[in-house]
Amino acid sequence: MRHFDELLEELRAKLLEMSGLVQSAIHKSALSLRERDLSLAESVLKGECRINQLELDIDALATSLLALEQPVAADLRFITAAAKINNNLERIGDLAQNIAERAQALLNEPRFDVRVDISQLADLVESMVQMALDSFVKKDPQQARRVLFSDDGVDALRDSVFAQLIDYMKKNSQAVEYCVDLMFAARSLERIADHATNIAESVLFMTEGVDVRHHAHAH
Amino acid sequence: MDPSSGDLAKAVDARTPLPGNHSPADTPGGIGSDQMKVQTMKLKASNVNFFYGGFHALHEINLQFSANKITALIGPSGCGKSTFLRSLNRLHETIRGARLEGTIVLDNENILAMNASALRRRVGMVFQRPNPFPKSIFDNIAYGPEINGMGNHQHVAELVEQSLIRAALWEEVKDKLHQSAYGLSGGQQQRLCIARALAVNPEVLLLDEPCSALDPIGTAKIEELLFTLKDQCTIVIVTHNMQQAARVADYTGFFLMGKLIEFDDTKKIYTTPGKKETEDYITGRFG
Repeated sequence: MRHFDELLEELRAKLLEMSGLVQSAIHKSALSLRERDLSLAESVLKGECRINQLELDIDALATSLLALEQPVAADLRFITAAAKINNNLERIGDLAQNIAERAQALLNEPRFDVRVDISQLADLVESMVQMALDSFVKKDPQQARRVLFSDDGVDALRDSVFAQLIDYMKKNSQAVEYCVDLMFAARSLERIADHATNIAESVLFMTEGVDVRHHAHAH
Repeated sequence: MDPSSGDLAKAVDARTPLPGNHSPADTPGGIGSDQMKVQTMKLKASNVNFFYGGFHALHEINLQFSANKITALIGPSGCGKSTFLRSLNRLHETIRGARLEGTIVLDNENILAMNASALRRRVGMVFQRPNPFPKSIFDNIAYGPEINGMGNHQHVAELVEQSLIRAALWEEVKDKLHQSAYGLSGGQQQRLCIARALAVNPEVLLLDEPCSALDPIGTAKIEELLFTLKDQCTIVIVTHNMQQAARVADYTGFFLMGKLIEFDDTKKIYTTPGKKETEDYITGRFG
């Protein structure tokens, strides 16, 4: 294997390690919210440090590959996509941390029997992230497109969760703090889905050279 | 990413094919991206085949060169890019047994029907290694205008100065115009050769690996010079240095085994090439 290919493989491996950590963080934070599990929330907060370090490492590696190897074509698209996916993964890590913090806060508040679809939202978001990262690993543009198509479903579920929470707050003013925490968690989940969409867009650029951000191709 | 991406699915479905999927064979005249079609074409090669005796060196090359643009020809050694470049001002005629088929047109005029000296005045050539004449700096530049009868001594002196200015060499040599050209550095000698080519006001400038014998500073000066010269003439450069092609060229053609594999916007070639052979070559995975 050429030295350059070894460095590309190193970049890919680091990104996969980060992907695994971020997916685990989303899963644990959603579960900590659902199961009211403090240890899971704490585990997410503890793991954030490694994700941040990986972001720095991947950025440094991508920058040095651009500067020293002067890649072109598929290699260039892979490295630029990896750098963007890296930033999106780090943001997802932050959002998982936000959800874990909300889960912690909820544990310190009186519990209310609010019936919202937040578990369904979390499942859909987790599957989007999984699909986006799979599309990266398999270099599969069709799978990346399926991620883009899923985003509307997440937005609709978020709206439904918000409506349910607002409705509950109107009827139970003492539950406002509890419901606001859940709203922030739902908002974080929806933002994670947006980052999954960004990752899928990077995969489309990497695999096909098309830029679909901001509907660029439609203009 | 806009979270309210309701139209995104439709937009993704409606995406258009990559321009790079056009190949020279797909498009008349061998032009790749659509935007190139609006350019004024200076030089056009159609169905060019080239033979060294019985060896078929170039196969059905169709390629157009936009006026006032820089076009780079890249490809591995022996792919035919220099042969093609030389045929653009008929230098191949100096090689015994070489034969060109097809047509090459300069401003609608068939170059094969032109007087060779007149053609070479309009289509100048700069070679890989600087080849100044064993004369003074001044005489190197004055030689072309003088043998072409381009005015009196005063006018020739003005041409020498203008040419050296255009070649970004004037400031470095203005105080030693009558010293030997061999006293200049390699980079300066190459710019002197460019100035010599410019002295007869060529419409097209062909450069065959002009920086391969130069250090990075000399290379940077030549590349900078090309940017300023393209307002004045059409430039075709053969280079083995792919980063150089990426830096300076508006368009790039990739040759392989005597065939033009792909021709397109340089940006397109270096980000999303349409052909696997191009991708393999520019990413170093060739062969």
